[in-house]
Amino acid sequence: MSAVEELFEVTLVVNGVPRSATVPARRLLSDFLRHDLELTGTHVGCEHGVCGACTVLVDGRPIRSCLQFAVTVDGAEVTTVEGCGGADGELGPVQQAFRDCHGLQCGFCTPGFVTTITAYLEEHPAPSDDEAREAIAGNLCRCTGYQNIVASVLRAAELRAEEAGR
Amino acid sequence: MKPAGFTYHRPVTVDDAVAVLAEVSPAGKVLAGGQSLVPLLNMRLAAPEHLVDINRLSELAYVRAGGDAVTVGALARHADVERDDAAYAVLPLLRDTLRHVAHPTIRNRGTTVGSIAHADPAGELTAVLALLGGTVTLRSAAAERTVTAADFFTGPMSTCADAGELVTSVTFPVPEGRTGAVWTEVARRHGDYAVCGTGTVVTLDDDLRVAGARAAFVSMGPEPVVLDVTDAVAGATHDTADWAAAGRLAAGRLDPEDDIHATADYRTHLAEVLTTRALRDAARRAAEVAP
Ligand SMILES: Cc1cc2nc3c(=O)[nH]c(=O)nc-3n(C[C@H](O)[C@H](O)[C@H](O)COP(=O)(O)OP(=O)(O)OC[C@H]3O[C@@H](n4cnc5c(N)ncnc54)[C@H](O)[C@@H]3O)c2cc1C
Ligand code: FES
Ligand code: FES
Repeated sequence: MSAVEELFEVTLVVNGVPRSATVPARRLLSDFLRHDLELTGTHVGCEHGVCGACTVLVDGRPIRSCLQFAVTVDGAEVTTVEGCGGADGELGPVQQAFRDCHGLQCGFCTPGFVTTITAYLEEHPAPSDDEAREAIAGNLCRCTGYQNIVASVLRAAELRAEEAGR
Repeated sequence: MKPAGFTYHRPVTVDDAVAVLAEVSPAGKVLAGGQSLVPLLNMRLAAPEHLVDINRLSELAYVRAGGDAVTVGALARHADVERDDAAYAVLPLLRDTLRHVAHPTIRNRGTTVGSIAHADPAGELTAVLALLGGTVTLRSAAAERTVTAADFFTGPMSTCADAGELVTSVTFPVPEGRTGAVWTEVARRHGDYAVCGTGTVVTLDDDLRVAGARAAFVSMGPEPVVLDVTDAVAGATHDTADWAAAGRLAAGRLDPEDDIHATADYRTHLAEVLTTRALRDAARRAAEVAP
């Protein structure tokens, strides 16, 4: 290691807006979003890929932001929970579903669930009960309990379908 | 926790990547999907001086399915291999197994080659590569070589790859003849590392009699174990073969360890039950193959 750590300019398109910061290579994408870009919606739980709280979408696919260096994904399009809202500041369908179904208590895990479910429903707009459960199998919640979160996935699918039908 | 500092390299061609690896060897480490390496860095269980990030080597982002093999380049994510219809058509075992490798979010970044290079004895793909008698291709600045899975895996988390070598691809051969292949495992939650997992391949002859049966395991020893259990069932028709005897034979030859997830006895029990089930299912699939 040289005495002075080398810095890299990293530019991401975050929720549709190009954002840059100059960071060392070891800056995790989760910390880049939270500390450098001050987008604190993305939460950090375990920092080893297990809990899912830090899940964001990179080029449309959900990934663990705690397991990527920001510099690796330089140039990518990123969607965080801040980008999962509806138009004009309303709740997005997944957020609304969590509210309707009591899918959160403390909310620590919620950003990771919202991003994961948003991407999941894009590909599987009408999941069965089992599929809804499977869709969230990689995310941990320590307080709400999963029944209401499974219900939220199903409700979000309904809301999306209603929106599409309008 | 956060990773210690390192010198970062991001080559854009394989030639550049192996040149950098040669230059910094043995202080360099390849960074692929990061799904195994970054947790180790975050927990400071590893602190390499140099990281060679291969995420820009787009020339390695491929899955090539031919009649007799599927070759996966080092930048193909698990999700790319899982979704590849051509690979599924010739070797359904890959997709079937990948569905058990972590969760979709992890598979979106983790690479199939990375999981083989990492050689975790709980990694399903190490067992599948060993089961099929696959090969691993490595490049250094000086040369390229291809080694068999048996030679590649040298112990838990260790391989014959040298610090200056990049694994460029792995090749999963399609089993010859009238064969069926199945992966099955028990994990606490779908997507978690398996407490015990097994992949089986059964080959039938023209009269649908068992000509070959083998099984490979994860979480049952320090490196992927492949067992030939043909003796227990050779010559029997696929639907009358004593698969339970084959399961017992396999379980008797394994020597798993206790850990916080399961006792050795429970693992042995699982191995017997799962092997029996997976062999029977593989035989059924083989029987369905058009002659
Ligand atoms: C929560 C969680 C659950 C998981 N569950 C499972 C599971 O059930 N089953 C399973 O098999 N895996 C599981 N994984 C691991 C996952 O499959 C990883 O993708 C895989 O083990 C490593 O691939 P990677 O591309 O992420 O490699 P990295 O993490 O980037 O690298 C891993 C190691 O391999 C080396 N390496 C990688 N690519 C190359 C290359 N081309 N040439 C030379 N060396 C290379 C690196 O230097 C490093 O030492 C899990 C991971 C997480 C975070
Ligand atoms: S903080 Fe990234 S998975 Fe837990
Ligand atoms: S709502 Fe508290 S951890 Fe999930």
